[in-house]
Amino acid sequence: MIEVKKLHKSFSGVEVLKGISTSFEKGKTNLIIGQSGSGKTVFLKCLLGLFDYEKGTIAYDGQIFSQLTEDQKRNLRAKIGMVFQGSALFDSMTIAENVMFPLRMFTKQSKSEMEDRVDFVLKRVNLDNAHNKMPSEASGGMQKRVAIARAIVNNPKYLFCDEPNSGLDPKTAIVIDNLIQEITDEYQITTVINSHDMNSVMEIGEKIVFLKNGLKAWEGSKETIFKTDNEVVTDFVYSSNLFKKVRKMYIEENQ
Amino acid sequence: MTYLYNIGSYFLMIAEMFRKPTKWSVMKTLIFKDINDLIIGSLGIIAFISFFVGGVITIQTALNIDNPLIPKYLVGFATRQSVILEFAPTFTSIIMAGKVGSFITSSIGTMRVTEQIDALEVMGINSLNYLVFPKVVALMLYPFTIAIGMFLGILGGMAACVFGGYTSLADYIIGIQTDFETFHVIYAFVKTFIFAFVLATIPSFHGYYMKGGALEVGKASTTSFVWTAVVVILLNYILTDMMLGQ
Repeated sequence: MIEVKKLHKSFSGVEVLKGISTSFEKGKTNLIIGQSGSGKTVFLKCLLGLFDYEKGTIAYDGQIFSQLTEDQKRNLRAKIGMVFQGSALFDSMTIAENVMFPLRMFTKQSKSEMEDRVDFVLKRVNLDNAHNKMPSEASGGMQKRVAIARAIVNNPKYLFCDEPNSGLDPKTAIVIDNLIQEITDEYQITTVINSHDMNSVMEIGEKIVFLKNGLKAWEGSKETIFKTDNEVVTDFVYSSNLFKKVRKMYIEENQ
Repeated sequence: MTYLYNIGSYFLMIAEMFRKPTKWSVMKTLIFKDINDLIIGSLGIIAFISFFVGGVITIQTALNIDNPLIPKYLVGFATRQSVILEFAPTFTSIIMAGKVGSFITSSIGTMRVTEQIDALEVMGINSLNYLVFPKVVALMLYPFTIAIGMFLGILGGMAACVFGGYTSLADYIIGIQTDFETFHVIYAFVKTFIFAFVLATIPSFHGYYMKGGALEVGKASTTSFVWTAVVVILLNYILTDMMLGQ
């Protein structure tokens, strides 16, 4: 579980996060949503420790991040898996080497043990025959799956995904969403996804945190987001006619 | 103020580079890869430039000695001194600032742009140690390439003498042996070691701390070349004054 209390972050005097408090639960897919410029990416980077923040606390299972020593922070980060928006695969390594990388860095496993683990996770993300391909030879969807495989290969406790569906076609996006949810359930990981894809929100949003102008404007789940009267949320989530109709149908069905 | 900030950041980067070392089995692979990219990959251009510049130094010296009282072996002497003292360590380092420096800045800069450095940091890896330290170690072999450059420069001068007929081979060989001082070679290698450190760290600094996209990677490569060349030239002056000055 990750608990955030009154988080403040500024850039050159401009406050981007204005005291966000929330929690992300273990074994659930937690989504951070909001318009572009609402502070989602900054929030995610603060959670990951890539940005320092001025005020507030972030606690990973009770361990307050800012109070940890550099070595403790690095040890904690070894338990974090991250799927970047652009996948961030190491372009000088093959797909198998990319996935094996966290094992080579943090475990004392033999080469054959590492290869077995890589085979297992690549199979898990439905990439059986891509071991020797370079990232540049893989499609966007394949790169995302490799990034997920790399993120989970070392059994992380926390999984972060920044816009995992960006640049993907709707069908591949659903495959990626389902894969993340299955992995979260299977390994009981605390998963935090930064997204503005409404399909993801409706499909896998077990907990949703809505940000607006650096503040938490709403918090709920994929079920409650249909019922909410919060105008800020409905303006954003149901801005398209399609989603307005979906919401109407959902409410009618559940009355 | 920006200059002072950057100088401070550069020294902090160097301090951070030695903290939390990467696992040796991984580091070993990175060092060998960088030796291949930075040292072996530069041998061809260093050999080519050294040989021909050695030849040009010989021709220029021979053409400018028209006084019959000046002995002909001076051509070999001047070529040896120019190649060992300045051409091989300094001139080659400026060329390497363009070749190796741009490669380092653009490869690390691209990793920054594509979030690969963030990926390393998120995993709990000291990205500076992972990326910069192997380059520093690899470039500690740079003096060997300079030794090859020295040899080929003098050989190029000899070839120019023999094939251009500027002086006899015997005179040239006497010239390259005249008043030889071992300390001059030591001075050249001390400079080369220091330049090697500069060649590894200044381009890494510009790549690592760059902000923006692909266009900025190109700009960072250019800036890194300019600053590496400036620092090499300044250090060359300081070291020459310290080691050879009165």
